[in-house]
Amino acid sequence: MSPDPQRLPRLLATVGRSDLAAHVGHWGPRPSGDHLLTELARSGLTGRGGAGFPAAVKWEAARRSRATVVVANGTEGEPASNKDKTLLIHAPHLVLDGASLAAEAIGATEAVICVDQSASTARRSVHRAISERIHYGQDRVALRVEATPPGYITGEESALVAWLSGGRALPTFGRRPDQSGVDGRPTLVNNVETLANAALIARFGADWFAAVGTAESPGTALITVSGDVSHPAVYEVPFGTRIADIITRAGPTSRPQAALIGGYAGTWFGPADCATAPLEASARSGVPIGCGSILVVGEASCGLKATAEIANWMAGESAGQCGPCANGLPAIAAGVSRLLDAASPQRAAVQTDRWLAMVEGRGACKHPDGTVRMVRSGLCLFADEVDRHRRHGDCRRPAPPLPLPRYDGAVV
Amino acid sequence: MTPEPRRLVVDPIRCDAHGLCAELLPELIQLDDWGYPMISADPVPPALEAHARRAVKACPTLALLRAGNPVPVEVRPTNGQRR
Repeated sequence: MSPDPQRLPRLLATVGRSDLAAHVGHWGPRPSGDHLLTELARSGLTGRGGAGFPAAVKWEAARRSRATVVVANGTEGEPASNKDKTLLIHAPHLVLDGASLAAEAIGATEAVICVDQSASTARRSVHRAISERIHYGQDRVALRVEATPPGYITGEESALVAWLSGGRALPTFGRRPDQSGVDGRPTLVNNVETLANAALIARFGADWFAAVGTAESPGTALITVSGDVSHPAVYEVPFGTRIADIITRAGPTSRPQAALIGGYAGTWFGPADCATAPLEASARSGVPIGCGSILVVGEASCGLKATAEIANWMAGESAGQCGPCANGLPAIAAGVSRLLDAASPQRAAVQTDRWLAMVEGRGACKHPDGTVRMVRSGLCLFADEVDRHRRHGDCRRPAPPLPLPRYDGAVV
Repeated sequence: MTPEPRRLVVDPIRCDAHGLCAELLPELIQLDDWGYPMISADPVPPALEAHARRAVKACPTLALLRAGNPVPVEVRPTNGQRR
């Protein structure tokens, strides 16, 4: 007997009751993952870590290369996102079901749940959940937690794999985890929300899963809304929901003038786009949600300052391995900051545009590309703001509240 | 033996901006503002094949590669560790 597929929230249905008894009471026992791959392919589930890649394609590649380990990526170094931690705190067993099922489906023998070392509540929640599962003998595969080092880049697939293999959490070049992952073993890396959805598909099937959402992006998405809103929180909404409706739910504190969609490596959208564009997993139609976050800038705040501050923060989070990123992002960030000043020369804008084009596509990972996307869309959307700053100097409006954690040990 | 893929790529992690490649193959490789190579996405034309091969061999960090060829694992530090 399946629960009503229209009823939301789904993934967060058991908020406040995260123990195994409540989990099994609500969702029923965990089925076997042996034949899940077919159903997963039929469901159209897309990855929830940012890229929106079809989960079944990834699983099938891992199965074919005889992957032995599943990595559940809950590191969430993205400051504008809080959905993975929320999921791990409130529905750890759904994630663990998914990790365990994925391992069974592809023939892996262990699953590693990766949680940021500073996210102590989420980490404790997963630890406790694993203890319960061992006690009640829930899983055929070995589950364990790894506390990952802080940093924006840590959660990048190849960086996470490098760290789990005993190295530093830095991206690598030219290797795919499904070929050579943790300790050189073929590895499946999935975001924790992706795995939690797989656990529901295993129980209730592809049709149940796709009863909400769009044809291209079925199911729900966990969306972190922050910035100029009175209720910054994680919201679970069906794909296809208009961005403006989600922002309205979070209670804008002044009329929204822009939203950064998809994290600090995301894209700035104006009110017109937000009002019409539906939330999607990929860019083919609607607004791609990326890692699942919406940062709202109200009229009382300055979007150009937000762009400059985020660009500066992203430059600081470069792993420093690749020349174009290590040199280009600080140059770009400084260029954007210069645009805040009165009488910034026209060539500051031209120079910044040149660097944006120069850096794009030239890192081992997508960190430079994401920063380029955010800055480029910001300079386009806030062109009037650039002009105003040039002619009148400081607009006397602050940046919206931005989480800018310092990853040198202290979390601000 | 499979024919050599004809596009050049750079491993941006290995590249230390020595710039030899741009000197040996300016037709396909230019340096950015910081001395790192920007490589044409076009295949290497047959006329430049010998120069391309020389540029690949000349790279002191073995960062210049043939597209499609695996990254030379034996010269890469494992586990993402830097020397």
